[in-house]
Amino acid sequence: MSVDVALTPRPAGPVALLRRYTGLFRVQLAISTLTAMQYRTDFVVRGLIAILWMAVTLVPLLVVFGVRKTVAGWSFPESLVVVGWFTLLHAVLEGAVSPSLTAVVEHVRHGTLDFFLLKPADAQFLVSTAKIEPWHVVDVFGALAIFCYAFAKLGRWPRPLELGAGLAFLALAVVILYSFWILVVSASFWVVKVDNLSYLFGSLFDAARWPITVFRGALRIIFTFVFPIALLTTYPAMALLGKLDGKTAVAALAGGLIFAAIARRVWRRALALYTSASS
Amino acid sequence: MTAAAPTAPARPGLGSEIGRAAKAFPTLLRIGVSEVVAYRAEFLVWILTTNMPLVMLAIWHAVAADGPVGRFDQRAFTAYYLGVLAVRLLTSNWAVWQLSMEIRDGTLSAKLLRPIHPILALAAEHLSAVPMRAAVISPVVAIMLYSGWDRLLRHDPVLLLILLASLVGAWLLIFFSMVLMGSLAFFAESALGIFELWLGVHAIFSGYLVPLEALPHWVRGAANVLPFRFMLGFPVETLVGLLGRHDAVMALGVQWGYVALFGLAALWVWRVGLRTFSAYGG
Repeated sequence: MSVDVALTPRPAGPVALLRRYTGLFRVQLAISTLTAMQYRTDFVVRGLIAILWMAVTLVPLLVVFGVRKTVAGWSFPESLVVVGWFTLLHAVLEGAVSPSLTAVVEHVRHGTLDFFLLKPADAQFLVSTAKIEPWHVVDVFGALAIFCYAFAKLGRWPRPLELGAGLAFLALAVVILYSFWILVVSASFWVVKVDNLSYLFGSLFDAARWPITVFRGALRIIFTFVFPIALLTTYPAMALLGKLDGKTAVAALAGGLIFAAIARRVWRRALALYTSASS
Repeated sequence: MTAAAPTAPARPGLGSEIGRAAKAFPTLLRIGVSEVVAYRAEFLVWILTTNMPLVMLAIWHAVAADGPVGRFDQRAFTAYYLGVLAVRLLTSNWAVWQLSMEIRDGTLSAKLLRPIHPILALAAEHLSAVPMRAAVISPVVAIMLYSGWDRLLRHDPVLLLILLASLVGAWLLIFFSMVLMGSLAFFAESALGIFELWLGVHAIFSGYLVPLEALPHWVRGAANVLPFRFMLGFPVETLVGLLGRHDAVMALGVQWGYVALFGLAALWVWRVGLRTFSAYGG
């Protein structure tokens, strides 16, 4: 790691830095896309899977709202907005966040993380963008379709301010998901075998397709404070629906940013512990 | 097990092969148990990933708070989803990931050299996880017994026997379907992708997400014909007293029919696939 710092050519200012990293990101994205396109059957199958899982996501919702008009204070179209956020974040998580970070765990185990650390760029950036699965774009379109249907059914479209709040929450949700992942990956420096932690993470995230108010007791507390799916999908949906007050929004945003800062610090600490597996 | 290797004849008859497998089986089971114990933290994390039934239970509780849904009141939902959790944890395994990985990275070749059929060894490995799984689900079962005692199995000993048979059937059906799909890795690069599609359909038609009774009529009709219900929904329905004797016996017949079908199909795909297999490595 100290090698990394010593060899890094320091760019002049923040603008140059940003340009350098945007360029790097474009290269990484291009490589990932090319890699994915190589396996054509897999590419098609993955696209199909994305669509199928979207449908599977909707089935329990349809069944539940087939029986009741509202559940825990949420109507069907309002819940669809939550599902829309869930689908969007699922695309980000499965398409951009978890593939790269699953790869990191492998690199730590094999000792090939060295190659990332030796490159003259921030290691966290490099490992986080190493692998992107482009077919999850299907999910993004699905999410947009769900949003359109839900708001058409509500007969009320979000106002610009609400849309802005929604987008801010989207950014926050991505930061939180990513920070959680970084924490999971950091754990791999201490206990090497964490690939099933990633499955656990994914399975917990699945609960985010429901508004937080349907959960009671212990689950409510876990999903609000420990694994904040409320922050990931319920609050953003409330923002779009114009149901979120300003104070809660600001508190939520601040909380998310603090969380991200902690995750970054943990990653640096964990990286300092890394000893290569090879000679 | 290792002692058998040097004396193993090049082409054993079917009888001797089965005899040898039977002899090796207890040892294989012991190895499996100690492996599960050694990786207990990992095992627990795996168990925790099956949390969807609890989430669905929370949702149906909120729904049924103001009156029952069909035959289901809040307590019936509790029994159902705890049953789903217990049966799922007891019968599931990860053979498909293991097989497709071993086929792809060539580690399968080492297993082919052993004097026992690789699928039998695989079965032993996963079977030996069952006691540990049973131990893990015991609190779930205890809560279920406590909360839903008056309707479990309709207090009918015949249904208890059917339940036990259906659990064995479900285990075998899941195992064979996983071997079948894992063996597809001999031919297709996306065997795991196909398995994921399978899982998606399974989630709906097995009763995992929503009790089949709560689904539209045509879905229920399809579920009675497709194999998925017999991997999960059928044992659970028997357990929580949703099925009478007649329906349960009929379903058991279909289940074991599927077990035979999937068993044969899995072995066939395995054999055909093995011919195309060439290992990499020194």
